[in-house]
Amino acid sequence: MRELDVKVITENVAEMCKEAAYYLPDDVYRGLKRGRETEKSEVGKIVLDQIIKNAEIAKAEDRPYCQDTGMTIVFLKVGQDLHIVGGDLNEAVNAGIAKGYTEGYLRKSVVGEPLFNRVNTKNNTPGVIYTEIVPGDKLDITIAPKGFGSENKSGIKMLVPADGVKGVKKAVMEIILHASMNPCPPMVVGVGIGGTMDRAALLSKKALTRSIDERNPMPEYAKLEEELLEMINSTGIGPQLGGTTSALAVNIEWGPTHIAGLPVAVTICCHAMRHAHRVL
Amino acid sequence: MAESIRITTPFTEEMSRKLKAGDSVLITGTIISARDAAHKVMTEALARGEKLPVDWKNQIVYYLGPTPAKPGDPIGSCGPTTSGRMDAYTPTMLDQGIKGMVGKGSRAPEVVESMKKNGATYFAAVGGAAALIAKSVKSYTVLAYPELGPEAVAALEVVDFPAIVVIDCEGNNFYEIGQKPFRNFDINQI
Repeated sequence: MRELDVKVITENVAEMCKEAAYYLPDDVYRGLKRGRETEKSEVGKIVLDQIIKNAEIAKAEDRPYCQDTGMTIVFLKVGQDLHIVGGDLNEAVNAGIAKGYTEGYLRKSVVGEPLFNRVNTKNNTPGVIYTEIVPGDKLDITIAPKGFGSENKSGIKMLVPADGVKGVKKAVMEIILHASMNPCPPMVVGVGIGGTMDRAALLSKKALTRSIDERNPMPEYAKLEEELLEMINSTGIGPQLGGTTSALAVNIEWGPTHIAGLPVAVTICCHAMRHAHRVL
Repeated sequence: MAESIRITTPFTEEMSRKLKAGDSVLITGTIISARDAAHKVMTEALARGEKLPVDWKNQIVYYLGPTPAKPGDPIGSCGPTTSGRMDAYTPTMLDQGIKGMVGKGSRAPEVVESMKKNGATYFAAVGGAAALIAKSVKSYTVLAYPELGPEAVAALEVVDFPAIVVIDCEGNNFYEIGQKPFRNFDINQI
């Protein structure tokens, strides 16, 4: 059985936290450039120029793209034939987050308890860790730090089957209109359809780990992605101060659901659509 | 868009009242950072009748929690945070003499009313442009509440800090003005 030492996991997670904070993925950078070419608002063009220049500075100088370096969401796919040795997997991941955020001069934005004390844990731990067991003997890690300017504008609607496609469109657009310019557009919109309330929310997060250039493999969902994107870009929200580039993409993930239900979750991500991926 | 208007601090009511929603500005001088936790602590202190550790008269507050500075740098990445979270505290803080606020996103009607009364201006910096904005910051000095870490109240010396007037002293709102020409969507048509 293949063995993987937790120390290797910690080191990789630390590097990935820095990588995600400094380097905007190429697909998102290209999306911003495309948005700049088609943007109709003069102020919108100025904003997009600043955003593009910001990405270039961050990459060239190894600096955080945004000061909100996020709460660290970690998706782990653990091969069932992999033996993790030397310690506890979750502790190793959190040790990597602490190391990456400290060494990388990233902001520590996590409080240990949400309501009464709200004391900063000072190393950005714990991360939000989702672990799946999959075939094989590898460890697949995706790090997706999530800023809360946009997270605070995300939402969920528990629709019923009769609401159908029209209901889904309305639900998504209500959340988008409520969010308006607040989540630092151009946004990337992750939509989770189906499952239970919690599963829909998770699907909407996973949708954001897909490239913005890649449409859902099922044609009906790909079409819905395009239609929603067009609607969002005709709201006028634009790149923060009005315009035509409100969103770069809508990514939908779906899952089986109950005969009585049609949950729809929307995670809004700002233009800092950061993530890092490695297979160990 | 017309050329940027240069602003230097201290930022008086007279200067504030000249600005109009949509104006592009470059700020030079000292601006003071404060966000969620500092606003809570300061308004609680005021409620107890205490004096604040910082004189806010004619100041510009920047809603900010920067990343730590790398060795040799004055500050880390330092873009604006969502202003709306400060709305509950803002009228109290404007009564302390603040004449300018820099952040991002919409403000509550009570804030706009207080701005009109106090002659204060709300500016937006580009959300997420944190590494770019850092280029205009020359120094960062904690003034109060160091225990709040990135949420401490600090003085930032800035040169040509880029911002846009979003809500002026008369309550004109550039978020509405800027969106309107490009709005071609009605949710009831779905």
